[in-house]
Amino acid sequence: MSLPPNRFVGATRDLPPELEAARVEIEALARGYGLDFFDTVFVMCTWEEINMLAAYEGFPVRYPHWRWGMEYLRMQKSYEFGLHKIYEMVINTDPSYAYLLDNNLVVDQKLVMAHVFGHVDFFKNSVWFAPTDRKMLDEMANHASRVRRHMDRHGESEVERFIDLCLSLDNLIDPYAAHIKRHQDSARASLLDADQAPPTAETPRIQTRGYMDRHINPPEFLAQQRQLQADDAARMQRVPERPERDVLGFLVANAPLKDWQRDVLQLVREEALYFAPQGQTKIMNEGWATFWHTRMMTTDILCDHEVVDYADHHSGTVLQQPGQLNPYKMGVELFRHIERRWDRGQFGQDWLDCASDAERERWDTGAGLGKSKVFEVRETHNDVTFLDTFLTADFCREQGFFTTKRDVRTGKWVIDSREFAAVKKQLLSHVASRGTPRVYVVDANHRGRGELRLHHRHDGLDVQVKWAEQVLGNLAGLWGRAVHLETALDGEPVLLSHDGAALTQSAPDVAGADAATASQASAPAAGGAP
Amino acid sequence: MAMLNIDHDAQRFRDVIKGRVRRELRRFMSSKELIGRQGDDMVSVPIHEIGIPKLRYGKNDKQGIGQGEGEAGGDAGQPGQGQQAGDQPGEHLLEVSFSVDELAELLGEELELPRIEPKGRQESQSKRARYKGISLKGPESLRHGRRTFKQALRRNIAAGGYNPDKPSIIPIRDDRRYRHFEMESEPRSACVVLYMMDVSGSMGQAQKDIVRSEVFWIDAWLRHHYEGFEARFLIHDAAAKEVDRDTFFRTRESGGTLISSAYELAADIIAKDYPASEWNIYPFHFSDGDNATGKDNDKCVQLVRDAFLPVSNQFSYAQVDSPYGSGRFLKVMNDNFGDEEAVAVSRIADRDAIMDSIKELLGKGR
Repeated sequence: MSLPPNRFVGATRDLPPELEAARVEIEALARGYGLDFFDTVFVMCTWEEINMLAAYEGFPVRYPHWRWGMEYLRMQKSYEFGLHKIYEMVINTDPSYAYLLDNNLVVDQKLVMAHVFGHVDFFKNSVWFAPTDRKMLDEMANHASRVRRHMDRHGESEVERFIDLCLSLDNLIDPYAAHIKRHQDSARASLLDADQAPPTAETPRIQTRGYMDRHINPPEFLAQQRQLQADDAARMQRVPERPERDVLGFLVANAPLKDWQRDVLQLVREEALYFAPQGQTKIMNEGWATFWHTRMMTTDILCDHEVVDYADHHSGTVLQQPGQLNPYKMGVELFRHIERRWDRGQFGQDWLDCASDAERERWDTGAGLGKSKVFEVRETHNDVTFLDTFLTADFCREQGFFTTKRDVRTGKWVIDSREFAAVKKQLLSHVASRGTPRVYVVDANHRGRGELRLHHRHDGLDVQVKWAEQVLGNLAGLWGRAVHLETALDGEPVLLSHDGAALTQSAPDVAGADAATASQASAPAAGGAP
Repeated sequence: MAMLNIDHDAQRFRDVIKGRVRRELRRFMSSKELIGRQGDDMVSVPIHEIGIPKLRYGKNDKQGIGQGEGEAGGDAGQPGQGQQAGDQPGEHLLEVSFSVDELAELLGEELELPRIEPKGRQESQSKRARYKGISLKGPESLRHGRRTFKQALRRNIAAGGYNPDKPSIIPIRDDRRYRHFEMESEPRSACVVLYMMDVSGSMGQAQKDIVRSEVFWIDAWLRHHYEGFEARFLIHDAAAKEVDRDTFFRTRESGGTLISSAYELAADIIAKDYPASEWNIYPFHFSDGDNATGKDNDKCVQLVRDAFLPVSNQFSYAQVDSPYGSGRFLKVMNDNFGDEEAVAVSRIADRDAIMDSIKELLGKGR
């Protein structure tokens, strides 16, 4: 199969013969196991190049921004000090590009290749990746040239500052947006509907005697009045119609921005959406790749003299650091657990009803469905559903999970509980939030002043006020008017408001919320007034 | 190679950092670490990584999840520099290197220090480019429009294609003429700085550190202005001696104080090595103001008046507050030279005052 020409100018990047041989072997093996991946191009990189690529999140061309530089310098330093080293990196494109560090051992390169094929299979088959743009390599380059063009016209600093604003909001997207077709553009849709809907109230006409009516209120005048009435009604419609999680999308559609700003905001959102599935499937994706590299390495690939190095590096990958969740470890163990269960038929009502430990221990119907099950799981699940569906009490016990809490006296983390329900709840909330609060746009015309009101769906953790302040300030800058965030701090409902200059905290104005609802309810009446 | 666009982004980052260092210059200036970190002419500045603020959960201080053995209530293992810590703003430290020259620029911009007008000449050389003529080859940015046009005109006329009524002159490649430059050396003014530091018993470690921080910045600023730059370091208690830079920045001495000893030594050095006609001379003296005798104070005033002022651009005296010294010398200087343009006097209350003090000493632009 012919691949597109190598995009990396200036160097020949053919794999050395022994690695090329390994690549061919591993690719055939992976296909043999049923993995189904895009063509995968392996590129040899020096450590500087790989650090640069990592700073650019795997893409050789990104729009100009200082934070890539910061990442790069940080990685350079930490590589120089021997603190970390990037083994592998692969991007979700078709064909997929994977980068190999040129001074890795051959056995490492083999491990990486096997691992990479797992990732690319996941990219290609997981439904969560289905909406992503597989030509992102080109798209990123397009973004770069768009941003450069804006910079040429409006100045590098100005555009860069605006990108800073956009980036500080880029986690306020709806990662499920691409999977929901229901109300993509609710604001605009509602306006259209209002236009077409027949006015509910009577058309205002100028009071006159009956015989004069058709002269004073001719049809075209009445049509104009109806139009005005409809416009009024539309204006009074609540925007957005229902809470909108895609804050960034909402801003693209509704914020008063210059064209170039809208363009930049749009591309920042596109990139955030492109990367979103990787956050949603971190455990599964790494687990899946690890699942396959271990299987291929240990059953097929390893030579005797490579075993020790392999074991060393593999154990580094799945090492469980105290106080942290290792997605590689968690994912691979859960996939293995699923495979074992379905191989032995440990599912269905009978299995659930069985209360005897001894019986469960022996349970094996010889179903042999493990392999097809793991493939199915990798296709349909994301991390949340993956854990929710397959994290069982048995698994929890086997893996020795526990919840931790801080000891009030010593300030140290101590084991709190090994109870399954508690562990699962904690794990799920950890995975579901991933550190990002769920925030919705609820009203774009708050207090009738065109101020933006957001709602944080609080689920036990408070937002960090110091950063919220800056984010709201940035948001106010974009929106052009004050912005408000309903949230709770220490159990008390709070309204954080930012008018572009400073943050104020107040008790949420229930009256204000009511007024917002009321304005919606009374829209037709208001529209009907002459 | 084509891949390294990152250099541009890295440079942008350095610019961002520079802006930040400038804003936080006061903090950096009062930080002791900085001068400990200088290499040859690079200073590595520890700076908090800049995070882009995002709406995030606060530090999870309530509950976590772990894996492994142990009883309830047992040690769960403590997260190190892990994910949890990384979510917080500014917890990563990054070292960014700046050249001393860059720092001096920042200092100058932040303190709005006037540029220094050098005086005198010396054989120390500075290089600059001068346009010396016209050449047939060169970068387009140096193309000489008029000469190119003349050449085209000349060619046109010679070829007989020139019509004075309807001139149409189109230069071709061979017509192009470029400005040609040569690097030229020219003599430039030179500068010598004499740093005198009181290391007597009353100057504690804290006081000396303040002086050293201040010297570091003054040094950077003056060095920035003169290509031929020399610095001499003198320390004194009851007797003065010249030391090398390293010793100056590290020494611990103690004893009585005789300020005039340092002034005499400095005056000797100037008389011997630095004729005023060729050198810009800057004596700086740092002390806690505790001199042994009033008679010595008089002698110092005399020395400043006779030995320093006639030859120096400026004589600077900065006094560090110390819990021990009497601090009288500051008053002596003020009384005698309060309205003397060429004398700068400053009092440094604590580390945070370093910046203001530098402004007082260098703000005259002499």
